[in-house]
Amino acid sequence: MTVLTIEGLRIMIGSVPILRGVDLKIDRNRVHGLVGESGAGKTMVGKAIINALPDAARITGGAIRFDGRDLIAMSVRERRRLLGRSIAMILQNPMTALNPVIRIGEQMADILAYHLEVSRRAAAERAAEMLAAVHIREPGRVLRLYPHEISGGMCQRVAIALAFACEPQLIVADEPTTALDVTVQYRVLRLLKEMQGRTQSAVLFVTHDLGVVAKVCDDVSVMFAGRIVESAPVADLFAYPRHAYTAALLAATPRYDLPASTLRPIPEALRARLWQEAFADDRIAGRV
Amino acid sequence: MSGSYLAKRLLLTLPTLFGVIVIIFVLLRVVPGDPIAMMVPPEAGPEDVARLRAVYGLDKSMVQQFAIFLGALARGDFGTSISLKQDVFGLVVGRLPATLELALVSIVFSLAAGLALALIATHLRGRWPEWLIDGFNSVALALPEFLWALLLVLALGVLVPLLPISGRFDPAVELPLATQFYLIESLVRGDFSLAAHLLPYLIMPALALSLPLIAVITRVLKSSLQDALAQDYVLFARINGFSAARILVRYALPNALIPAITVAGVHFIFLVGGTVLVELIFSYPGIGNMLYGAAVYRDLPLIQGVTIAFAVLFVLLNLLIDLLYLVINPRVRHS
Amino acid sequence: MRVWGWRANPRLVFGAFVALLLLVCTLFAPLLAPHDPMDQDLLNQLRPPVVMTGNDPAFALGTDELGRDLFSRLIYGAQPAVLVMVVGATLSGIVGVGLGLLAGYFGGWIDTGVSRVVEIFMSFPPMLIAIVLAAVIGPGLDTVIIAVVVIGWTRVCRVIRGEVLAMRELDFVTSARAAGVSHLRIIFHELVPNLAPLLAVLFGLEMGRAVVTEAVLAFIGFSSSDIATWGAMIAGGRSYLYQAWWITALPVAVIALSVLGLNALGDGLRQATDPLLRR
Repeated sequence: MTVLTIEGLRIMIGSVPILRGVDLKIDRNRVHGLVGESGAGKTMVGKAIINALPDAARITGGAIRFDGRDLIAMSVRERRRLLGRSIAMILQNPMTALNPVIRIGEQMADILAYHLEVSRRAAAERAAEMLAAVHIREPGRVLRLYPHEISGGMCQRVAIALAFACEPQLIVADEPTTALDVTVQYRVLRLLKEMQGRTQSAVLFVTHDLGVVAKVCDDVSVMFAGRIVESAPVADLFAYPRHAYTAALLAATPRYDLPASTLRPIPEALRARLWQEAFADDRIAGRV
Repeated sequence: MSGSYLAKRLLLTLPTLFGVIVIIFVLLRVVPGDPIAMMVPPEAGPEDVARLRAVYGLDKSMVQQFAIFLGALARGDFGTSISLKQDVFGLVVGRLPATLELALVSIVFSLAAGLALALIATHLRGRWPEWLIDGFNSVALALPEFLWALLLVLALGVLVPLLPISGRFDPAVELPLATQFYLIESLVRGDFSLAAHLLPYLIMPALALSLPLIAVITRVLKSSLQDALAQDYVLFARINGFSAARILVRYALPNALIPAITVAGVHFIFLVGGTVLVELIFSYPGIGNMLYGAAVYRDLPLIQGVTIAFAVLFVLLNLLIDLLYLVINPRVRHS
Repeated sequence: MRVWGWRANPRLVFGAFVALLLLVCTLFAPLLAPHDPMDQDLLNQLRPPVVMTGNDPAFALGTDELGRDLFSRLIYGAQPAVLVMVVGATLSGIVGVGLGLLAGYFGGWIDTGVSRVVEIFMSFPPMLIAIVLAAVIGPGLDTVIIAVVVIGWTRVCRVIRGEVLAMRELDFVTSARAAGVSHLRIIFHELVPNLAPLLAVLFGLEMGRAVVTEAVLAFIGFSSSDIATWGAMIAGGRSYLYQAWWITALPVAVIALSVLGLNALGDGLRQATDPLLRR
């Protein structure tokens, strides 16, 4: 069952096209990876879904359908009602995502009370439950702490706890482990998979790390120059990449089991060709 | 932890206070004019002048005088006013509440107004209210309280006679109060009609004092609010579906207050200093006002008393602001 | 890119205009003023300005309580104001910059000493210092200038010290030191030119403050009483506020305009001379 459908999404900042017609489909209980180099536009896709685009960005075309309704066409009010409850997000830098001057417990209780529409006391209890669910020891103590008093990994667990608290249908995770150490990364990813399994949420997992995709995702889409170049289940993509860029990307990924000499950077010619195609399409459509 | 910090801060203020006292002492002793000569009647002879001089201790050496001075200060004896013939300490303490009340009302008003204006300007960014508030700030900041006081007197006291331009209250009205803190006491007692009578006398002086401070607070708070709104935790709040207003007040504001207090805190002190001029213009019976008569009569003990009172006030205010900052910023609290 | 001119730098133009106006009034007062500012005419007391009824065209802006022409007094009042503001701001600047440079550059006990003194000065309301000084020294224009300098140098010193402290760590200074350049040369050759934009702003601000200080001291009666001063005009007019409010309003307006103009001048100068803003 499809939870989210993005059709032909176009976003521009000023006169620069950032997304050139993105098509994406995410199904229930599936982790969908979105990979690409920096500047490919993948973060923008995530931000467009949760309405966190920068002020200068304009959506110039396309639709984002959630639960049958177009998020872009929705009123601000309706959209706000969905956020946090049906659609949640996990940010890249967990430490800065939490308000530094309010205790963790208070912040969690705030959010939970608002979304679950329960009393503050009930929210506080639920917060403690959630912290335990993400394997934080001594949840009571952590609730009383300020964000700068806990580690990055723990912060991300708190963020995950909050994201899954309302059992949302869709979670957008924007490079959630990029800012963490490798050992912590592994644990957080495992936790993410565990929580996702429990709530059966769909996850849009934005990352530039193909290794992470292999571990966590069920489906994957590859982005380049603001467009989706290829979309397939993970196993298929890794085994039989159909687009030249996907193949090049896979070849450029370091692997422990193969010598360094097998590493191939993405050929400039390929990239140049793909950019030209992108610009050509823009011109044809009369957009540039 | 905060107890020892407090003690340490208090201790650090002592050298400054000492320096202040030394400067006051030295400055007033090098006065060219002779206050004694101004006090004695014309027919007095040199022996009378000498005797009077001895009474005020002005015949001893500087160092001796300083030692006596310090001793007296420690006892709480600030001397007797030459012009008003009363105990200086009593005079100063008698008028101090008026100045304190004015300063307090001004500061509270400034904080409230500055907060409100900053929130409005931030929430309605890019629209005409922000533009208006910015313009108001520039002007409010450019002119000192002296000029604002005069402008207010002219505008709201004379040309459009809305408010009284002098004093603290109508002499015809009875004041059944125990302390000199007229407004505060009347509010505490619940005597709102009395408070309503007293308030118009405070409005213009408080406004004159507040305008520069309001401008500073609004500007700094607006800037730090904008910084706060650009942070990730605000984004996080937005993606959790909180409304813009709620985010502004509950998430951005507590963070924005920290740098704002630091900057604004210094200006509280300027505000208190401004009472010297504002009290003069509004004939407001506080310690600032008392300075003028003292200055004209070269009344050393009284000038001394008022100056020391202000210096102590400033030092205490500094301390208060440091403590306030400590309370607001949890990160500093834990270090 | 144009750095002068109305569009590019309106503040500078406005400020320069006000400064010019003040200068002209100061230098050409006898030519511009229709009457002697101290000339009393007891038959023509409290006359309103020409736009109001009961005026006398001979007195364009009206007369005060002793029948003196207000327009002339306003023009002549610029003289003490400009004198105090130029001399006062310059001396404050010299002392403030000098001590600020020394404290910021050399650090150590010089810095501690200067900072402590500045802190003590700042423990007082500035106007209090001015009044006490005036009480001690006695009335007069020189007293006013001394008061302005005593209050003003601390502000300049604090800002300059801060800037120098920051600049001291920058590469162009450390490389000069490494090359063996003497302290004196570094200060005058490297630091001072970089301070120029800041100094322009400070100068403008201090002049604005000096005008106010002069007005306040004149208001209380501690300035010179032989000449016309704006402050004295305000003081004189206070007793007649309800009958002849213009006696007070006119000098207040003039002072306000001067302050705004001088601040704008400082701002405009900074904008014009700061190479970073010149894009």
